[in-house]
Amino acid sequence: MAFDSFASFIAMEGHGPYVWACYGVFFLLMAVLVLWSLRSKRAAVEACRRRFETTSDTGREAATGASATFARVNVSQD
Amino acid sequence: MWQWFHKLGSPKWFFGIATRFMPWLLILGLGLLAAGIVWGLAFAPKDYLQGNSYRIIFIHVPTAFIAQSAYIMMAVAAVVTLVWRMKLADVFVKAVAPVGLVLTFLSLFTGAVWGKPTWGTWWIWDARLTSMLILLFLYGGVIALDRAINDEKSAARAVAVLVLVGVVNIPIIKYSVEWWNTLHQPATFKLTEKPSMPAEMWVPLVLSILGLYLLFGWLACLRMQTEILQREQRTKWVREMITAGRS
Amino acid sequence: MNADARPVIKPIRNGVGAFAAMKAVFARDLKVAFRQKQDLLNPLLFFVMVVSLFPLGVSPEVSFLREAGAGILWVAALLSVLLSLDHLFRHDFDDGTLEQLVLQPQPLFLLVLAKTLAHWMLTGLPLVLLTPVLGVMVHQEGNSIAVLCLTLLIGTPVLSLIGAIGAALTLGLRSAGVLLSLLIIPLYIPVLIFGTGTVAAAADGASVGAYVALMAAFLVLAVTLAPFAAAAALRISLSNG
Repeated sequence: MAFDSFASFIAMEGHGPYVWACYGVFFLLMAVLVLWSLRSKRAAVEACRRRFETTSDTGREAATGASATFARVNVSQD
Repeated sequence: MWQWFHKLGSPKWFFGIATRFMPWLLILGLGLLAAGIVWGLAFAPKDYLQGNSYRIIFIHVPTAFIAQSAYIMMAVAAVVTLVWRMKLADVFVKAVAPVGLVLTFLSLFTGAVWGKPTWGTWWIWDARLTSMLILLFLYGGVIALDRAINDEKSAARAVAVLVLVGVVNIPIIKYSVEWWNTLHQPATFKLTEKPSMPAEMWVPLVLSILGLYLLFGWLACLRMQTEILQREQRTKWVREMITAGRS
Repeated sequence: MNADARPVIKPIRNGVGAFAAMKAVFARDLKVAFRQKQDLLNPLLFFVMVVSLFPLGVSPEVSFLREAGAGILWVAALLSVLLSLDHLFRHDFDDGTLEQLVLQPQPLFLLVLAKTLAHWMLTGLPLVLLTPVLGVMVHQEGNSIAVLCLTLLIGTPVLSLIGAIGAALTLGLRSAGVLLSLLIIPLYIPVLIFGTGTVAAAADGASVGAYVALMAAFLVLAVTLAPFAAAAALRISLSNG
């Protein structure tokens, strides 16, 4: 342990505000990024589910979708 | 070999693999990052020159390092997009660019705050800070171009060209900024760690770099899955997966 | 628009060599430009205005201008080139000439190179010619002005070439102008640094041969690589809708 007490750990000999501001912003931004990514994935899953509940025919859609997004390579990517 | 290569490009295959590996990436990443940061903040000895403010290094260096390597990875993916038109490659570029932007910003922010106790000012036009600022511009350009083009396929290929042009420029930018810096500021105090850094300092640094790397991998997988879901909602496998309740 | 306002490219027969095609594209771009003279003047006016903002906005002191003059002129030239880039492919894109160009049997990157060269002749070169006058106005010394002109002469083609990539990428997009600047400015930074650095070195009495050689290396690199990237970007933009 590099510090004698918890108070000196917080103060960091006067450098505390700088160090803690950096770590604070780091965790805040990373948390925002993670939460945003998690939420957009959940939203994507929800969108798919709603879509599948309203449309029922699988075969035709699947066929058009699979070939529409890919060109040139003949090996199946599924 | 090529069969394997194309299998790697299959969104369905990737989705499954990612789902299996993501918990491990998250747990290991968070664990290593926490270990590195706690060790660095509380247990590593203080630097005899900079005092305790050097403890910012345990997030400054990881963010800067991963922000730079993320751009290189995007460039590799851009080559794959242009040459093999592999779906996953441009999904990767699109998913990773915002993460790279945030990491670049964080390394700039921590660098600037570190500068205050070290140099006495919030911002110095130091070679590294300036290069990172330009990297931030490059990431911003990539995201702006991607958002501006509506057609998905053209967006992917245009972004790939831009990323490649950027990656050709990165060494030139780095070199010229360093030259410019020596021209204007002959003697600045560098943020560089001394080569004889004791193990109590570099081991936690390596731990937090590895941890953030794994966390970056987790974020990339998560965001790629989101992007794949949006693009492939018409396909059968997505329908089967969603209706079966796995995801 | 009347019929003879925009000359079309003369049909290039299959047997015509790439060089002849480049010459045809180059001559045609110059001809179009000279029929719309205002487009030629605008970047120059912009250049002069930006330069005059600095004495007004920062300081008219001789000492300040002497030190900052080269940088001011370089930044102003960079912005003028940036401003003019939007026109590089835009008119040809709007009236379909560009599609014809892409369909030519000659390699597209050579035609792009010819177009970029024409663009430089019409914007970069006049800027260089105007530089001595503005150099005197910001109190540069004779030697500095000469080096400044030299760096701009080598540097502005690099600006046009890199800018062509951005212009091709943003072709046909909404708010293409701002986007173009966002994409291209970071790539301009090395040229700017070496351009102004060379002038600063000359002002200190150092020999500038090495710096000029480095800038020439930038130019060679840009000439060899940028047309390929711009041609690829053009194909992508044209396939987009």
